Amino acid sequence: MTSITPLEPLGPSRELLPTEPGFFTHWQQLLTFNRDHKIVGLQYMLSSFVFFLIGGLLAMLIRAELLTPELNVVTRQFYNTLFTMHGSIMIFLWTIPFLVGMTNFLLPLMIGARDVTFPTLNALSFWVFFTGAILMLVSFFTPSGAADSGWWSYPPLSVQSGFGNLFSGESIWLLSVLLGGIASIMGAVNFVSTIVWMRAPGMTLFRMPIFVWAALTAQTMQLIFLPVLTADLILLYFDLNFGTPFFNVADGGDPVLYQHFFWFYSHPVVYVWILPVFGVFSEIIPAFTRNPLFGYRTVALATASFAVITGFVWVHHMFAGDTPGWMRLLFMATTGLVAIPSGIKIFAWTATIWKSKLHLDTAMLFAVGGVVMFLLAGITGVMLSAVPVDLHVNNTHFVVGHFHYVVNNTIVMGLYAAIYFWFPKVTGRLMAEGWGKVHFAFMFIGSTLTFFPMHILGLQGMVRRISSYQPDLQEWNVVSSLGAFLLGVSVLPFIVNAIVSWKHGVVAGNNPWQATGLEWTLPSPVPKETFEATPTVLQPPYNYGDPNVVLFDPSDPY
Amino acid sequence: MATPLTQKHPSRFYTDESPVGLNRWHRHLPRWLGRFFPTGGGLQTDHEGQGLFGFGIFLGSETMLFGTLILTYVILRIANAEDWFPAGVLGPQRTPAVILHSIVLISSSFVIFAAERALGRGNVKWFRILLVITALMGAFFLVGEVQEWNTLDFGFHTGLIGATFYLVTGTHGLHVIVGITLMMIMLWRSFRPGNYDKGHFGVTAVSIFWHFVDVIWILLFTLFYIW
Repeated sequence: MTSITPLEPLGPSRELLPTEPGFFTHWQQLLTFNRDHKIVGLQYMLSSFVFFLIGGLLAMLIRAELLTPELNVVTRQFYNTLFTMHGSIMIFLWTIPFLVGMTNFLLPLMIGARDVTFPTLNALSFWVFFTGAILMLVSFFTPSGAADSGWWSYPPLSVQSGFGNLFSGESIWLLSVLLGGIASIMGAVNFVSTIVWMRAPGMTLFRMPIFVWAALTAQTMQLIFLPVLTADLILLYFDLNFGTPFFNVADGGDPVLYQHFFWFYSHPVVYVWILPVFGVFSEIIPAFTRNPLFGYRTVALATASFAVITGFVWVHHMFAGDTPGWMRLLFMATTGLVAIPSGIKIFAWTATIWKSKLHLDTAMLFAVGGVVMFLLAGITGVMLSAVPVDLHVNNTHFVVGHFHYVVNNTIVMGLYAAIYFWFPKVTGRLMAEGWGKVHFAFMFIGSTLTFFPMHILGLQGMVRRISSYQPDLQEWNVVSSLGAFLLGVSVLPFIVNAIVSWKHGVVAGNNPWQATGLEWTLPSPVPKETFEATPTVLQPPYNYGDPNVVLFDPSDPY
Repeated sequence: MATPLTQKHPSRFYTDESPVGLNRWHRHLPRWLGRFFPTGGGLQTDHEGQGLFGFGIFLGSETMLFGTLILTYVILRIANAEDWFPAGVLGPQRTPAVILHSIVLISSSFVIFAAERALGRGNVKWFRILLVITALMGAFFLVGEVQEWNTLDFGFHTGLIGATFYLVTGTHGLHVIVGITLMMIMLWRSFRPGNYDKGHFGVTAVSIFWHFVDVIWILLFTLFYIW
């Protein structure tokens, strides 16, 4: 806890009655078809965290195999299964659902709504996702094992591995991802409608927190791009199980078409993950620097601009294929554009921190750590957007290092930051600072040790997705593997902290961080009925610091 | 001509305001966007508006799904222009039966429109009659389509033509079945007392869905039977 001068509350602060419980009273609530957005959010977050641990174990098995140049821990086939399922679980069962859970929990609180627009659809969405997730995990126990053709599942490889067998790992994998996609579309319909329709009076577009902007952009992207993947996977499902020739070259089909459709969704999905995390950074950094977010409107528009840019960059995943020259040039240029809104955000966060008094609580440590890591990820990202560099390091660990700097070092850091920041809203208690800092130290050092050497290895020519490698590359691989085990261990202080703090942590009160935002006017834990009366918003967001210095005129009706 | 800078505008909404005026664009653009996203707790109880909005953006998603399937067909057909139809296969034909059931499906859009109008006037009896007629017309289309599939000279496994034709028209047929099911639900609901107290969003949504299905069929008819 830090000593911060209290700020005028955003609205009338609601006190929890002594007899009034939080929204979460019995663990059995997690097993029900519950229409409360907070319970659905908790269901999403808790289940996806369990899947995260499973995906992390698979990653540690991969790194254990790569400790030595020889093949000595798993079979080659199982190694393929390992990296396929590690990727699939981390993407479809951890990052997306956890962010959906967070959005479910926070979004109505942030815009002053009682619930999402379609609560039943929301609950249905979780159980569809959960069925798909269980299917994916069960596929390990099919006779032929789980899917082993990569999370991108390119034909013809993916079609060969379980042809005509409805219960092959690949076939079940496809069903699972399709179910997850249906759940995501339900969620996206819900969130976009909620943001457009349910905002409290006075919560204009340019008074919404950046997290809400990010959710709006990300969920709109899901609506536009996800059906393309769904259709693509349906075509692949027919190819795999019923022998249609959509992606079969021998019969006139086109496997490159699969890749185009796949990346047309799967590039935008990266922004679906990272934009809410940028939103989290934009919430946390102003709160712990006591400064208004620098350039709020520009940051909001930069967030929205991702939805446009992202529709025109997907071919950069296919530079090394049989891609025509004009296409390479065009998509090199559009990919470079991504750096502009990203740069705007980094600039805004830096300027927010500039000349401020930093309060380095655990949430802030994770947020700043994530921003620094994202800077490194962005630098390698711009490098990879250049066709010559991309062709040079194509299919090496350089690419693996780059995208893990994005997905683990930035996104997972941001998710942890969010957990430490909003934990009181779920449990009513703060997480322990000491254990949190241990967690941060392990995580930061572990992430750097694991993923930075991958860049060096990639430049030296270490190929990805291969279980054995040249002996002269072993040194950095050992560093990377040890880092991965440290990263694995770093979860333990977090779990202990979360469980113990849930029961015995310091009681937080309504607004432990003295943060602005409607969710902090509510009691912690949030009661089942959140807003007794619809709040009226009269302030701009991030109204920290000197109350005389406001971003724009508060009497402005817009 | 240019308005004097001192002029006081009577309204909050500046009809001639450009969203991207170079001068102070960072204030103009938000104002302009804000017109489309009004706030207010009053909207929280607008079930009809919320429902139609959610359903509308879902249909946008559906459009992308159909778009991808149709694009697959178009790209593969252009890539295999010479040998699209295997030897001895004529492909889908514009027989009188096909034209008949297509016309029936497309004209059913007008019938469901009339049904919705009847409900809007509070005439539940005519609403039910017209809804049943729409559903029957949809069922006629489905029966006709299945009969046509039985007489075609290619099957699901006849190369790309078979795979694309049956997958795309099958997906459309599935949507017709869903539409008829939704109409039956609307019919059942119309017998519940107090069903239309909050407006008739469900009927409007089914009607929009049915128009969507018909527009898709016009597109498919053009691409499969005329191309």
